[in-house]
Amino acid sequence: MISLRELRIHGRGGQGSVTAAELIAVAAFAGGVYAQAFPAFGVERRGAPVQAFVRFDNQKVRLRSQVYEPDYIIVQDSTLIRDVNVFQGLKKGGIVIVNTEKALTYPIPEGVKVITIDATSVALKHLGLPITNTTLMGAFAAASGEIAFPALEGAIRQRFPGELAEKNVAAAREAFEFVKGVS
Amino acid sequence: MMEFMEGSHAVAHSVKHCRPEVIAAYPITPQTHIVEALAEMVANCQLDAEYITVESEFSALSACLGASAAGSRVYSATTSQGLALMFEVCFNCAGMRMPVVMSIVNRAMGAPLSIWNDQQDSISLRDSGWLQFYAEDNQEAADLHYLAYKVAEDRNVLLPAFVCFDGFILSHTYEPVDMLTQEQADSYLPRYTPVQRLDSADPISFGLFASPDYYMEFRYQIDQAVKGAAKKIASAGREFGEMFGRDYSDLVESYRLDDADCAIVAMGSICGTVKDAIDEMRKDGKKVGLLRLRSFRPFPEKEVRSALAGVNRVAVLDKNVSLGTKGAVALEVRDALYGQQVPVLDYIIALGGRDVRKKDIRAVVDMAGQGKGDLFYGLRQELVS
Repeated sequence: MISLRELRIHGRGGQGSVTAAELIAVAAFAGGVYAQAFPAFGVERRGAPVQAFVRFDNQKVRLRSQVYEPDYIIVQDSTLIRDVNVFQGLKKGGIVIVNTEKALTYPIPEGVKVITIDATSVALKHLGLPITNTTLMGAFAAASGEIAFPALEGAIRQRFPGELAEKNVAAAREAFEFVKGVS
Repeated sequence: MMEFMEGSHAVAHSVKHCRPEVIAAYPITPQTHIVEALAEMVANCQLDAEYITVESEFSALSACLGASAAGSRVYSATTSQGLALMFEVCFNCAGMRMPVVMSIVNRAMGAPLSIWNDQQDSISLRDSGWLQFYAEDNQEAADLHYLAYKVAEDRNVLLPAFVCFDGFILSHTYEPVDMLTQEQADSYLPRYTPVQRLDSADPISFGLFASPDYYMEFRYQIDQAVKGAAKKIASAGREFGEMFGRDYSDLVESYRLDDADCAIVAMGSICGTVKDAIDEMRKDGKKVGLLRLRSFRPFPEKEVRSALAGVNRVAVLDKNVSLGTKGAVALEVRDALYGQQVPVLDYIIALGGRDVRKKDIRAVVDMAGQGKGDLFYGLRQELVS
């Protein structure tokens, strides 16, 4: 029986992809799942393409390679699709969440589910900044079912102080409810 | 208690529990998170230690050496070029028998500059007299620090120790770690009582001149102490197991080796991927097992010989290379098996952070089956031909 599930997050330096991986894993761990989160170790520069990964399993994760055949993909910035094959290796039946305000015009692999959300607008509304990681975490919770929203809320509150935490929770919640509505 | 945390922070918390009295370190990627966390603990009065900021790794370890000679429990952490800059002081720590414990967040050596992982840095200090432990996961990375102090400070050992864990692959990964409480740590590791120390009331000297009439005996005694440390590792590792359920008494770990035809030998985080690959190969009927070396110094010669007694071939994964010959682990495994017929094949792998997947482990096992080895695995042929 295969119990391992894998998530790959594509973003640009500064968008909080590594934090997103960490907080998703914190929330999964809080829900009793064994989780492992790590970045693609690069030279981090603002704006450069970055990746971060999460593994979920019912038992200890021993595997240390990067994620090549994910069950889930989050794309924080749709302009990356021009430069990086963000869909590479996605499993059949996999789920992709893309931050975009437009319909995707790029070829989508067959047999996968694509959810688009204007996370930038959601983040701007709640945070006043186009930092979309917490918004997309809410979308991921709804689309994947890997993490419960209260656990995600807990992870965000543990990470950010006071008002900033509330703003991020509000952004995540709006995305969570939006995706629940469309999927 | 199970906590979900970054490898570096798990290590920093373990180190805090060990109550070092002096910490001197210089930040360098990918080690920085550890010493940042410790500096914060000291600044916040959560850890009662002298944190000495220095201008280089040479000074960091020199400060530790001096503080250790004065009778303090000391700690440092470094990697790669930072460790290279400590080279001279490393030999002095071992020669003066100072039980310094240092985390090595393994990283490749330049040039060319690489911030990514392999184990060339600590392996290159294999002749320095430091004990060397290699962690497979963050649990072990955290736990081995308690063990390292306990072994290093033993009056029959009195040697410095590296706790090595793979840079980024472990240091920057978040995963569950069962952290000891301060009370648990204190019950395992009492305060440090130096056998000898610098004391103006009772002056002695360390590290003096040794003429040809004396020098070899010093070296002999260090060699004996490194070899003899295995005994203390066994007792301290067993005690840890009895108290906290994780036994580190063995210098090696065997995984599905009992009926194996092919044994893989490796150290560090790659062993997790190897274990998963072995489970898959076993399902396909391939009898493959793993011998993981947790201690490289002392080198587990007897354990290697007995664990590999029944296998037909040995594939060693070396995340280092002694340029001009082979990987350090393969050379020593081959030496341990001297006089036996089993072929030991070496695979230089994952240098400078090149990722290793389960399929790479399967490919190595297939190559070993064909008797093909002693090579750099996975080279981009278009770049080297």
